[in-house]
Amino acid sequence: MAALDTIDSLDVREGVDEATVATVASLGSYKYGWNTEIETDFAPMGLDEEIVRLISRKNGEPAWMTEWRLAAFARWQRMEHPDWAMLKIPPIDFQQQYYYARPKSMETRPKSLDEVDPKLLETYKKLGIPLREQEILAGVEGAGRKVAVDAVFDSVSVGTTFREELARAGVIFCSISEAIREHPELVRKYLGSVVPPSDNFYATLNSAVFSDGSFVYVPPGVRCPMELSTYFRINAENTGQFERTLIIADKGSYVSYLEGCTAPKRDTAQLHAAVVEIVAEEDAEVKYSTVQNWYPGDAEGRGGILNFVTKRADCRGDRSKVMWTQVETGSAITWKYPSCILRGDDSQGEFYSIAITNNRQQADTGTKMIHLGKRTRSRIVSKGISAGEAQNTYRGLVSMHPKAAGSRNYTQCDSLLIGDRCGAHTVPYIEVRNTSSKVEHEATTSKVNEDQLFYCRSRGMTEEEAVALVVNGFCREVLQVLPMEFMVEAQSLVAISLEGSVG
Amino acid sequence: MTVRTDLRADATAALVASRSLPPGGGWIMPARADALRRLRAMGVPQKRDEYWRFTDPGSLVAPLPLPAEPMAPEDGEAFEGLEALRVVFTDGVFDPAASDDLALAGVEIDRLAAVAEADGHWAQDLFGVLEREGQMPVPRPLAALNTAFAPDGILIRVTGDPGRPIHIVQRHVAAASDAMLHHVVRVEPGARLTLLTSGPAAARLNKVIEVDVAEGGVFHHVRMQGRDHGRRAATHLFARVAARADFRSFTLTFNGALTRNEAIVTLAGDEARAHVAGASVGDGEFHHDDTVFVTHAAEACESRQVFKKVLRHGAVGVFQGKILVRPGAQKTDGYQLSQALLLDERSQFLAKPELEIYADDVKCSHGSTAGALDPDALFYLRSRGVTEAEAKNLLTLAFLREALDEIADERLAEDLSRRLEAWLRRRS
Repeated sequence: MAALDTIDSLDVREGVDEATVATVASLGSYKYGWNTEIETDFAPMGLDEEIVRLISRKNGEPAWMTEWRLAAFARWQRMEHPDWAMLKIPPIDFQQQYYYARPKSMETRPKSLDEVDPKLLETYKKLGIPLREQEILAGVEGAGRKVAVDAVFDSVSVGTTFREELARAGVIFCSISEAIREHPELVRKYLGSVVPPSDNFYATLNSAVFSDGSFVYVPPGVRCPMELSTYFRINAENTGQFERTLIIADKGSYVSYLEGCTAPKRDTAQLHAAVVEIVAEEDAEVKYSTVQNWYPGDAEGRGGILNFVTKRADCRGDRSKVMWTQVETGSAITWKYPSCILRGDDSQGEFYSIAITNNRQQADTGTKMIHLGKRTRSRIVSKGISAGEAQNTYRGLVSMHPKAAGSRNYTQCDSLLIGDRCGAHTVPYIEVRNTSSKVEHEATTSKVNEDQLFYCRSRGMTEEEAVALVVNGFCREVLQVLPMEFMVEAQSLVAISLEGSVG
Repeated sequence: MTVRTDLRADATAALVASRSLPPGGGWIMPARADALRRLRAMGVPQKRDEYWRFTDPGSLVAPLPLPAEPMAPEDGEAFEGLEALRVVFTDGVFDPAASDDLALAGVEIDRLAAVAEADGHWAQDLFGVLEREGQMPVPRPLAALNTAFAPDGILIRVTGDPGRPIHIVQRHVAAASDAMLHHVVRVEPGARLTLLTSGPAAARLNKVIEVDVAEGGVFHHVRMQGRDHGRRAATHLFARVAARADFRSFTLTFNGALTRNEAIVTLAGDEARAHVAGASVGDGEFHHDDTVFVTHAAEACESRQVFKKVLRHGAVGVFQGKILVRPGAQKTDGYQLSQALLLDERSQFLAKPELEIYADDVKCSHGSTAGALDPDALFYLRSRGVTEAEAKNLLTLAFLREALDEIADERLAEDLSRRLEAWLRRRS
């Protein structure tokens, strides 16, 4: 693939459209691996009570929040690192990390995006996330669809776009640090109510040290006028990112939320431990889509992001609905199980996932669907692709409680293996505790279909293009449910992630 | 963590202290001592162990068994009328009067207790060996316990085709009996054997069968467990299947307070085949756990797992099945099916069907379903004048049939099918 680095000088044959050229050019390698030279303020390295207080102070938090963090920290110190996943996790020295890193220019909070350091804005522009509203409007991308962005850079939120327009609809969209200051009654009511601070090792750590993240509140009966999104960028070295997202969809509301993430190439592994909580009240609907493209480390497994994420939705109200869609292509280690607690009667949970691992990447990901309410429904479609020397595990739980009468689950998890040195694993847990519910689980594992590859090759495709096409076909059911903004990106990501896996 | 480790150590010590090593010098002594060391290192299973998350091992590792009232078989003993060499154990003790003469053409049969004092025996290379190999990657302490303390069992070496099955009959007489049996089977290249086992055995049974099937050998195992309501059993079937050999095991379980059947099968030679299947029907206090671990360690092997459970009145069915495909085990064909029929609101089905695959040219799949009887099918039968009870029985039998079809010998399949039918009739 080295030849592709000089793609600019390639003669492009007539009839080849630009999108194809761009896709092929981007096949080169991880294209978000550059870093922004920017002055950064760090909290002292390591973690103790003082650091927790410092983060709380920097965010200008009220006392109850500081206490909440300290209680989580005290608990975390007594916890043991989880070892149940099929992952070889390198020893993590939690004292050799920075828990707070903020661009110097963010010291005094900018009042509007116009005051934000142009270097930061440039960073997001380069990542394809324009933060200036006029640029978004001027661009033809998204065919005029507006997407509001909360941009998080290391430990702080740089800015949130379209706030006024959203406010007119009654939607609150801001950084979580701001929400703690401005809307304490909402935060206090919901924070930790889906993922309690005691939930698991990394959720507890996050509860103690989360620095920023996004907050969304959609009032009753409101259909959020645009898609909301967060873009997470880790820039500083040896720095963990711990963001916390809280989305509340009140009765009868609707919101679609997108999440993207990238990080520079570095030789040492970096920690990312996030928590996402979603609350869906009666008749509310939330769609949460992620394209996770953290730096995966190099071909020998050096560097990369260690991604430990707890994502959970509480479908509290009757007829509420939450849909998780994830495309996981990055990170050296992915440990992530977006889940739904189907508490309300007739509530619905969906999980669509594509997880691609190549080289030395490891992923242990899946979902939990906890059926508590009557006639609750869930659907799980998981596609795992493993190449190089990577290990890819689907881990899931479907639980039908005795009172969840008339409930329904359908699970399909398919794995694809490319090459004989990788692994693909399936670890589903199925617990059915009533008779009127129906649970169906299917899983398959196979290699890339030789006939399909041969057909593509005979039509003049290179082997890599052929594999990318076949794999895109394999993932079709998931790609189709992605929001438009993500669909194109996800398809080319599939190709990029498998670079070097054949031949 | 420390607290839990201590609990395990205490429980292990209590269990070991309650037993004494059976008599036997010679070749068997080091094997038993080794197994005891393994057991001490692993410790007995605890409720919080991942491998026991669906089944509480408490009553299986307690020093004393919980009593169970023996019941007379309702339709006579299983496989009755079938021409077979019968070996009878009553409450785990060999019963020479009830057993046939241990002589069969093409087979060498010994009792473990009878040859344990000898200088050497062919079983030396297998006794406790397959069990030891089966301790990785998941420890199975109850099997190590068995190797260390089981006083008796049958050692079978097959060199030809005996033409008729060997039938191990396990009778339960005493309410507080605690039996431990350890059988070893070696099927020589090209030889074949059908092994039948039946009966509840004891109030508590811990049984290990180690089976080594050499190249081109055929081993079929059909087991009927039950039907005492109160009995508890932990059984392990360790099998090593060589190139082009054929291994099949089928288990039908009626009732029992607790059953944990583990099958640990390694496909060690190319083009080997292993089918493990089971049907279980439980009513009331019934906890039935099928734990299967199939390892593909050679090329072009085929494995199938088919398990069906019918549960009612609070019965619990568990299935933990795993297919492990080792690096290089290309052209693997692995299949796994686990299904439960829940006939009332109180019953439960808990499953963990796993795949762990390290080779790319494979075809592996699993399916798992749980649900009630299909109301449309029920309605159809009712509209044809079939009574509700009979319609339910018909559909239940049809559901179980897929598992029974895994039995190669039709006569055996029919015998078990008739018993199932009678059981369902009696209880509807």
